[in-house]
Amino acid sequence: MNRRTIIRLGVLAIADLLISLWMGQQAYRWMPPQASAESVLVDNLFSFMTTLGSFIFFGVMGTLLYSIVYQRAPKYDSSDGPPIEGNVKLEVVWTTIPILLVVWIAGFSYQTYDRMSILGPIEPMAMGMPTAAAAGLATATEPQEPIQVYARQWAWEFYYPEQAVSSTELHLPVNQRARLVLSSEDVLHGFFVAAFRVKQDVVPGRAIDFEFTPIREGRYRLRDSEYSGTYFAANQTNVVVESAADYEQWLAMAAATPLTPAENVAYEEFNQATENAIDLGWATVKPAPAPIVNYASSEEDFHE
Amino acid sequence: MSNASLEAVAPSLQPQPGAPDNWKRFFTFSTDHKVIGIQYIVTAFAFFLFGGLLAMVMRGELLTPEADLVDRTVYNGLFTMHGTIMLFMWTFPMLNGLANYLVPLQIGARDMAFPRLNAAAFWLVPLFGVILTASFFVPGGPSQSGWWAYPPVSLQNPTGNLINGQALWILAVALSGISSIMGAVNIVTTIFRMRAPGMGWFKMPAFCWTVLAAQLIQLFGLPALTAGAVMLLFDLTVGTSFFNPELGGDPVLYQHFFWFYSHPAVYVIILPIFGVFSEVFPVYARKPLFGYPVVAVSSIIITALSGIVWVHHMFASGTPDWMRMLFMITTMTISVPTGIKVFAWVATIWGGKLRLTTGMLFALGGLSMFLFAGITGIMLASAPFDIHVNNTYFVVGHFHYVIYGAVVMGFYAAIYHWFPKMTGRMYYEGLGKLHFVLTFIGANLNFLPMHPAGLMGMPRRVASYDPEFAFWNVLASLGGFLLGVSTLPFILNMLSSWSRGPAAGDNPWRAIGLEWLVSSPPPHENFDEIPTVVSPPYGYGSDEPLIANTVTQE
Repeated sequence: MNRRTIIRLGVLAIADLLISLWMGQQAYRWMPPQASAESVLVDNLFSFMTTLGSFIFFGVMGTLLYSIVYQRAPKYDSSDGPPIEGNVKLEVVWTTIPILLVVWIAGFSYQTYDRMSILGPIEPMAMGMPTAAAAGLATATEPQEPIQVYARQWAWEFYYPEQAVSSTELHLPVNQRARLVLSSEDVLHGFFVAAFRVKQDVVPGRAIDFEFTPIREGRYRLRDSEYSGTYFAANQTNVVVESAADYEQWLAMAAATPLTPAENVAYEEFNQATENAIDLGWATVKPAPAPIVNYASSEEDFHE
Repeated sequence: MSNASLEAVAPSLQPQPGAPDNWKRFFTFSTDHKVIGIQYIVTAFAFFLFGGLLAMVMRGELLTPEADLVDRTVYNGLFTMHGTIMLFMWTFPMLNGLANYLVPLQIGARDMAFPRLNAAAFWLVPLFGVILTASFFVPGGPSQSGWWAYPPVSLQNPTGNLINGQALWILAVALSGISSIMGAVNIVTTIFRMRAPGMGWFKMPAFCWTVLAAQLIQLFGLPALTAGAVMLLFDLTVGTSFFNPELGGDPVLYQHFFWFYSHPAVYVIILPIFGVFSEVFPVYARKPLFGYPVVAVSSIIITALSGIVWVHHMFASGTPDWMRMLFMITTMTISVPTGIKVFAWVATIWGGKLRLTTGMLFALGGLSMFLFAGITGIMLASAPFDIHVNNTYFVVGHFHYVIYGAVVMGFYAAIYHWFPKMTGRMYYEGLGKLHFVLTFIGANLNFLPMHPAGLMGMPRRVASYDPEFAFWNVLASLGGFLLGVSTLPFILNMLSSWSRGPAAGDNPWRAIGLEWLVSSPPPHENFDEIPTVVSPPYGYGSDEPLIANTVTQE
């Protein structure tokens, strides 16, 4: 290679690098708001992988496009290209560099996952109540008893054992480690809050300890992420992250509220005539009745 | 064959049963690998159109956030059948068709090792296709548990009937597995035992390497799926409790059985397409395949690694931390042999004399979309990131870039490349390029917007969604409808070219390979005299002959 080729390649590599760094910054904007400590870790990892991936993507695509534009055979030229069958040095390079990149990405990912530490022990239900309080990140307040999360076809229900409060909306205090125990009463469900970047399948027959730390007050969406049958798409509810004072106030208010049936999209849809253009009358599992709880969330709350 | 010299003089004047100009042979129990190959491809393509139609209804539903076009049960049946048909009725049979047609020709054999087994394996395809389609008409409709059929949802059977959509689904999938094992035994035996004299492993075309690598996966992986399917069928029909948690079964165990096969299965699908890329790029760049021995061996490495990565589908399932981390690392290592292939293709194209025929355009489009899919694939291998996007549209976008972007585009590249060989006629380049443009735009418009929707948190398999996702879904739906339209110029091109296209000649692309040394379409039993191979398969630019005997050379 002569000096001009090296300089030209260097300029192109720097341009690729700059575009990739810019893409890595854009990556944060493709994500929902960062509402948990875990979301910051995951977004940094995603930004890093977007930068690396962009560098490779634009580098390879640039090379391909250069060939497509400048290396076409002229019309009526039926000759062959140079008979280059390989280049051991080049092949060693493009085997070694991906290995190093993989080690880098895997190391970063391992570290991120370790710091998130979202998953506690998974225990069969028969073993009794899991001991989530034993796991321990230090928090500002004394460890609370974990919130019970019940998933069923098709509703979410939350139970705060210390206050004996049940709710169809998950309320969490900001900047405190949230500890949940996930269990399902029928099929697989998935506990997924995009703003927290955390997800865990809820497996019938198991009690799964799950934890994360909300860091931003607001109202977020909890979606069922493991296909659970007919009304799967409607199996959603709200997560409200609020200040410790508001949280305590909400708990006290809910504890003083008598049990009432909540709104439930699946149950209501099942019990009214469908207006869809194509309904073939296929049988469905009947939705469980609307949960009867102290605090019933309203669907309108989210879209206000 | 004893009449070899006679046929060499006048191959087309020799009337024989099952002669290439008799169209009725495609509806018989023919044992000719070329007939079976085309039977596979045409049958599979019909199901591709059917599965695509189901997808377009789904995209119609997803135009608006509310579940308003079809009932939720119908939507769930649609995505279950779309996935099942596209995998078991389209990609597997289509790739078996390509392998059937090309492998014996490329290795210098007169047919497959077991021609009758070959025909039997094919005729199972319409059989289980009919069973699967029939499930639309049983009470309660087809399976609505997704193509994974995860229990307990797949065991719920709200109709209460013994004959229900889910049972038919399991039956069809099991038959598909039997058909695939029959095909795999045949293809592996053929490649091991029937290569022409002189064709050592490193004189064998890369396509045959990839087919071998893919079919080895079928042999070690399918027994696990079949075992899982049988246990699921028992749970569903006779009340056993392998996977039913109410009776002490473990639903997560099923996921291991399922993905132990179904992740390697994506390599069964993508490997032969890698082979197509390795065949197509050298021809239209007029250069040898760069680093051919390494490209060939990397397929076998992918086969080996594919067996130890399945848990990456279960990072958010009931899996402990150590399992997530272990399978994260094994999954990432697959990017190394895959990367070697991508770089080798780029180096093959670099500095060549490119001819942008329709086949080459599809191969280039397929390579670029695969590159994107590979990068999002490494992201998905990273467990902490995957936990955010697991079961969201990000994953749906990723695998459609693989399955549509790379596999379907690679299939089109193969069809345009070998169409003159299969039919003896040339296709129309103009229609072909229109087909490419519509497909490339449609695929990217359909599948790229799925990535941002998934990052924002839109779960897959939803019939309704929050309004914040509407923008990306409208784009995706437009792309989906465009993909539907894109098949029209292809069908028109194929039908009209096959019936009245200009004669193609034996080797219109001046390609190197045993299949290009015989007439188009190739005669019954392919070779008058089995050639003796003396050179590696990609001698572009150097004037070495591929074979020692010159009888059949133009």
